[in-house]
Amino acid sequence: MTTAAPPGRRTRKPVGRTFYWMVIPALVLFVLFHTVPVLQGFYYSLTDYPGYGSHEFIGLQNYANLFKDDRILDAYLFTFQFAIVATILTNVIALAIPMGLNAKIRFRTTLRGIFFIPNVLAILIVGYIFNYLFSNSLPVVAEALGIEALSTNILVNPDLAWLGIVIVATWQAVAFNIIIYLAGLQTIPGDVVEAATIDGAGRWRQFASITFPLIAPFFTINMVLSLKNFLQVFDHIIALTNGGPGTATTSVSVLIYTGGLEGGEYAYQTANAIVYFLVIVAVSVFQMRLLQRREMSA
Amino acid sequence: MSIRSAAPATGTGTAPAGPAEAPPRSPSRPRRRPRVNWWLTALLAACSLTVLVPLYFTVVTALKKPAELAGAGFDLPQDPQWGNFAEAWRLTGYPQAALNSALITVGAVLLTLLTNSMVAYAIARNMDRRLFKGLYFFFVSALFIPFPIIMLPVIKQTSMLGLDNQAGLIFLYVVYGLAFNIFLYVGYIKSIPRALEEAARTDGAGTWTVFWKVIFPLLTPMNATVGILTFLWAWNDFLLPLVILSSPSARTLPLAQYVFQNQFSSDYTTAFASYLMALAPVLLVYLFAQRWIISGVLRGAVK
Repeated sequence: MTTAAPPGRRTRKPVGRTFYWMVIPALVLFVLFHTVPVLQGFYYSLTDYPGYGSHEFIGLQNYANLFKDDRILDAYLFTFQFAIVATILTNVIALAIPMGLNAKIRFRTTLRGIFFIPNVLAILIVGYIFNYLFSNSLPVVAEALGIEALSTNILVNPDLAWLGIVIVATWQAVAFNIIIYLAGLQTIPGDVVEAATIDGAGRWRQFASITFPLIAPFFTINMVLSLKNFLQVFDHIIALTNGGPGTATTSVSVLIYTGGLEGGEYAYQTANAIVYFLVIVAVSVFQMRLLQRREMSA
Repeated sequence: MSIRSAAPATGTGTAPAGPAEAPPRSPSRPRRRPRVNWWLTALLAACSLTVLVPLYFTVVTALKKPAELAGAGFDLPQDPQWGNFAEAWRLTGYPQAALNSALITVGAVLLTLLTNSMVAYAIARNMDRRLFKGLYFFFVSALFIPFPIIMLPVIKQTSMLGLDNQAGLIFLYVVYGLAFNIFLYVGYIKSIPRALEEAARTDGAGTWTVFWKVIFPLLTPMNATVGILTFLWAWNDFLLPLVILSSPSARTLPLAQYVFQNQFSSDYTTAFASYLMALAPVLLVYLFAQRWIISGVLRGAVK
């Protein structure tokens, strides 16, 4: 690799040997611990390997079965429902708060510091704290206020448990998104907004026609990252419901983990993981295209 | 669930980078209306309660007697039970778990900074070569691969190689961090003028010396970002320790909480004392390095 550059291209200096030595060890380890497992995973997805013992090559059988499996379908439905609601909620809240933080207020730095706290905490532990709040404190408060629907633990209610996960996920994710939007708002020159005020634009009008278009790139980043992260939801669920009640809150990641590691479905769940990967990439690319077109036209 | 929670904003090249890092108080022009909006301040303070109340709740619950738990639980403890912490300390094996977490986090951060920056330097300075450009995309594309695909093979691999312990975990953080960190570092190194290196080279310094003596010190802002992101990732991570570590003595803090939760699920006051002790180190670090952490995370996101 180091020699034998085609004669016509010898105008550049050859790459120093040190550069190769800086890269090669990392490359070897990365291939060994990332690329090889990816290929292994793909190979196993074409077999009936349960995670131990022997296995046979069965072609695309696992993939065909995935589409007939209600558990898989339910997990995808739940994951998407959760991720879409959480993404929208997170971005609405995370857009509103920086607007306030960027106005003429006191204690800005302190408030910003407080809003960012959830980002540095372990989701699993936050989940355990909220688990207790949902199961013990919220029912008492709801009863005192006369709210029937919330007077029992929402996490054991198959219809409401997913909302608990949305709340915790949003609580945590808003922190990061606020900081990004705040950075976006600070790129807007003050005189642009001032000019709009002089022209008599109302607050909502200002937001819709000036502020939002100017921070559109930040909106794209946040929407794509939020959805991608929420689609991979795992820690929250382990801490709050463990996938239950029943399988009401079993996300795709949780299903891959429990089925693949504990349920003897190693090969099958790896096939699931590969489909899931393709779905996430497709969703992210689609979203990026869509939002960037918006950025242009806005 | 992802190997790294943030992904590059690929394709959003329009994202402004420079001014985004400015501290919040910006307008340099003379203000005409320095009037403080107190209503808005109060409203935001009320919103910040959504963050503070769960933390307050954790503190008061950690200090209560089990008998005081009835009701909504937002009242102060009548007689603070400091013994709850001693109990949690013992039951969760806190010293061991905290030591493991600290060891893994510090090891991962230091090794990541030393190795990932070097790899990125070699790639960034040779991006005009097809081989190095290919390497760049090879590493960065790994960002899109969710952990579940490689989870099962990696578990087998690490246990086969005897890496199902703290050292193995450090090693995996360093290797898997490459994908995102190379993306961050390469973007930054490109902005460092080559003239600085040329000068050192004419003085007879080799690539190795140039990197450590000239480039690495210049990387300080990006080193801070990578260090902070790696710190938060390794310290708070749950899934990787859960599947990789085999011995109970290797448990990290989040993992110890998980095990404790499954064993003593009804001992709430002790549980909350243990949550608080698990959250305390990172909260303390945050309290003192808040500005650093926020700007570091920001630099990693809107680069």
